Amino acid sequence: MRITCPFCGERELGEFTYLGDAKPQRPAADASEEAVYDYVYLRDNIAGVMSEHWYHGGGCRAWLKVTRNTLTHEISAVEPAAGAGAAKVGA
Amino acid sequence: MKYSIFSLARAALSGHKNWKPTWRDAAPKDRYDVVIIGGGGHGLATAWFLASEFGIRNVAVLEKGWIGSGNAGRNTTIIRSNYGLPGNTGFYELSMKLWEKMEQDLNYNAMVSQRGVLNLYHSDAQRDAFARRGNTMRINGIDAELLDQAALRKMLPFLNFDNARFPVQGGLLQRRGGTARHDAVVWGYAHAASELGVDIIQNCEVTGFTRDANGKVIGVETSRGKISAGKVGMAVAGSSSRVAAMAGLRLPIESHVLQAFVSEAIKPLIPGVMTFGAGHFYVSQSDKGGLVFGGDIDGYNSYAQRGNLPVMEDVCEGGMALIPMIGRVRLLRQWGGIMDMSMDGSPIIDKSPVDGLYINAGWCYGGFKATPGSGFVFAHLIARDQSHKEAALFRLDRFQRGAMIDEKGQGAQPNLH
Repeated sequence: MRITCPFCGERELGEFTYLGDAKPQRPAADASEEAVYDYVYLRDNIAGVMSEHWYHGGGCRAWLKVTRNTLTHEISAVEPAAGAGAAKVGA
Repeated sequence: MKYSIFSLARAALSGHKNWKPTWRDAAPKDRYDVVIIGGGGHGLATAWFLASEFGIRNVAVLEKGWIGSGNAGRNTTIIRSNYGLPGNTGFYELSMKLWEKMEQDLNYNAMVSQRGVLNLYHSDAQRDAFARRGNTMRINGIDAELLDQAALRKMLPFLNFDNARFPVQGGLLQRRGGTARHDAVVWGYAHAASELGVDIIQNCEVTGFTRDANGKVIGVETSRGKISAGKVGMAVAGSSSRVAAMAGLRLPIESHVLQAFVSEAIKPLIPGVMTFGAGHFYVSQSDKGGLVFGGDIDGYNSYAQRGNLPVMEDVCEGGMALIPMIGRVRLLRQWGGIMDMSMDGSPIIDKSPVDGLYINAGWCYGGFKATPGSGFVFAHLIARDQSHKEAALFRLDRFQRGAMIDEKGQGAQPNLH
């Protein structure tokens, strides 16, 4: 698996760290306990195409949103995650 | 068929041409008292304990592939009970005691070999942590010995004791730990369960659950037709989220790939199981002579049963740091298996929120050693609708209640457990 970073180009996997599914959104501070439990602990654990957060610690140190198939490891898209200098590459 | 020295002699005299299949490859019936989804070690052990301990013999085990095709045939065969937290300590020791009598119970040679599990320490702080873990084990009646460097130099003279960064200072040894032949474990449970009337049904993939008007699970839909069931238990670690989703459940689990490696066969070198304490590397030597080793999971969600090079490199670096001479040995094979990584690193053995469905999941990469214990407590739960006392903390709702069993203290980040 190699990831094409929008800032650095194609790099080997060892430069990147995985966070997980990009779908869960942190609930508001006054959200119910149920909503926080869901955010922290429950996962869709998708078998197929999944959007996920990776960190390019061995390169530009930007957070990336990678669209990847968990059944085949095929990567179909890599975008900067929101706030990670996304404007610089026009995303 | 009952195996003994006489059956072996008879088979030898007839040129080993008359061995019968050790278990029955069954076709599905319309109805069972209990259906177990997953024909791995845990599923087959559950079926055998249901039949032998709890008197429920009208049981089917459904396997989507063939027996031994999943993690039962992909692990590194280590058995041990060196856990430190309440919940884990007692459960894994229950499992270890079942390993010690498994072969007699099943009438099957699973090559259980108590050759010792040694965790090496490389600093004063790590020694103190291991001493504490060893004391926890001994207080709970489990064997543990803290060895210093002098003792290890006698046992394992080839270790890189004077490594500048990671000197080997000593180790925590559990002599009763060791290895077992992983395929023989599933074959043994299949053999013994089949003898008691359990139907083992291969190439039978569950595609959905049948529910009654109240939502209770009353059967499964499979690639080989509908099967109704009094109770359904799932033991499908690696695919737990996918199966649970068919019942409308989301689990605190991510599926990750763990790689394992085998070298070419060499003369006897590694006496037991050994783990490197300054990185993640564990190794034992199979009876065929190959070094069987592994390390961290790859760290990203995967259902692909294969990993990538960075972890392979990391594992080999760990091996080289500990035993520099293994750089001369060639790697023979490498593969991946899919792990149920739970949010606290510990398993879930509980009734699900859906009536009639029981969950055995979340084994992270420690499922093999748990095989007999898991089967026993899961059978207990299904038969009596009550958790066994040694599995009472493995509840699905523990994440909601803040009652996690987080052996490594990593928090809700599955790829760090």
